[in-house]
Amino acid sequence: MYMQSSCPVLEKRAIARGIFDYKVFCPEIAAASVPGQFAQIAVEGFFLRRPVSICEIDKDRGTLRFVFEVRGKGTEKLSHLNSGEVMDIIAPLGKGFRVIEGGAAVCVGGGIGVPPMLGISQIYSSKARVISGFRTAAAAILQDDLKKAGCQTILCTDDGTAGIRGFVTDALRTELQSKKADIIYACGPLPMLKGVAAAAQEYDIPCEVSLEQRMACGVGACLGCVCRTVKDGSEIFSHVCKDGPVFDSREVIFDG
Amino acid sequence: MADLRVTVAGVEFKNPVIPASGTFGYGREYEQFYPLSRLGGLSTKGTTLLPRQGNPGPRIAETPSGMLNSVGLQNGGVRKFLDYELPNLLQKDTRIVANIAGSTIEECAQLAEILNGSGVDMIELNISCPNVKQGGAAFGTDCCVAAEVTSAVKKVSEKPLMVKLSPNVTSIAEIAKAVEAAGADALSLINTILGMRIDISTRRPILKNNVGGLSGPAVFPVAVRMVWQVYNAVSIPIMGMGGISCCEDAIEMMMAGASAVQVGAAIFSDPYAPVKIIDGMDRWCDENGVKNISEIVGTVRPW
Repeated sequence: MYMQSSCPVLEKRAIARGIFDYKVFCPEIAAASVPGQFAQIAVEGFFLRRPVSICEIDKDRGTLRFVFEVRGKGTEKLSHLNSGEVMDIIAPLGKGFRVIEGGAAVCVGGGIGVPPMLGISQIYSSKARVISGFRTAAAAILQDDLKKAGCQTILCTDDGTAGIRGFVTDALRTELQSKKADIIYACGPLPMLKGVAAAAQEYDIPCEVSLEQRMACGVGACLGCVCRTVKDGSEIFSHVCKDGPVFDSREVIFDG
Repeated sequence: MADLRVTVAGVEFKNPVIPASGTFGYGREYEQFYPLSRLGGLSTKGTTLLPRQGNPGPRIAETPSGMLNSVGLQNGGVRKFLDYELPNLLQKDTRIVANIAGSTIEECAQLAEILNGSGVDMIELNISCPNVKQGGAAFGTDCCVAAEVTSAVKKVSEKPLMVKLSPNVTSIAEIAKAVEAAGADALSLINTILGMRIDISTRRPILKNNVGGLSGPAVFPVAVRMVWQVYNAVSIPIMGMGGISCCEDAIEMMMAGASAVQVGAAIFSDPYAPVKIIDGMDRWCDENGVKNISEIVGTVRPW
């Protein structure tokens, strides 16, 4: 069920350079949301809303948490929103992650792909291993939140200033080598997702990836946010907002 | 409570606000926000004879006060429309305008013929899509071709025929006159204006199709001007569209000569835009002593 709401901003923090963390009050939407879904957030002075993944859902307190990166003028303007003001959102949108009850998960996030991994890994708690990749130590986010959720965290940085120096895909292989998992979740840049999907296939583990695309309506009406997928052996254009943003990695064509 | 009913080409709409083709799908998504019965009608996603994949992504680029799209008529084809979408829509107590787009003149006629036996209230013949190689704007930018396709469809269609015009022409009034003479019962305008954005860091167009159609408030004054020019050139009714995002825009468009309005891209910013416009129109009429919204059509007093 789609809903539009003007939600009071309860908390706003800058958690790394250009990365903002908002908690908004929207009990009805929070009650209807599942990890992996997203919101379309209105930005004053900009025509289109910005799709932002849901980072954390607190149904008891009626809040949603959004963590986004300033990528352009729109997200910069959005980051000027302060606590006490209202955030105009349409949510919950899209299909979330499929949860395997009692299963063990490996979650892989790259950069600003890490926030949606928090919500899903909280469900698995100690049965989740979360591999996060960042450029450098200063860009690392949400590691304490993941630990607080009881997850095992594996941190990778490109420059080795924190955790393991190297790619999340290598860390993923190491993890799968030592212990299998029932499902893999991933969000991040396309080349990373491609690598994760390949590893998942090698180890024969189901894998769900969260995609992004330039978007207009966010609800499945305009057909703007297309991505290449395969269904029943033939290529079709699916839509990130309605068919996704979470897709079975075997259905996604990662090139172009 | 003013009388918001309008009649276009013999079809009565309960109010003059109709979501535009391609911005509202078949109503399934926005029905989650409000009942479709609130709307005057809805213009369905452009339907082709066979299913169509559309263009590769990215298909969307934001612009100052608007957006570009290069969707390229992705749709499930007319059979899916008739079997799956239309039966659902016919239960919604609103008028259904079926937007059709053929790659050839024969295909346009065939589509109209297929819809003859259906419950749609009106055909909107799309001769103005800027994002397809065959048909689309290639039909709508030449008076002779526009007339030819209109008359081919009119010959076989049992439904009122509205023709959707392209703004990407030197004189839209000339195209409008040609289409009127060929038998169109109504006109809708404007489709999107061809545009382009470039990512300066990659030196690549943002749209994979390189170019796309501009919509949103940015095009509104162009649309008002074109509706006014066409209103003065033809005697068939006009559905005006292009950048309408609030009640005042809709009133302005009707004063320019539109008998009804279509609302498109504004819905992406605010899903409630169509119903807010309807409610706003009602209030505006009461405040301005207008008993029937149709009174204002074409009432601009030019200098």
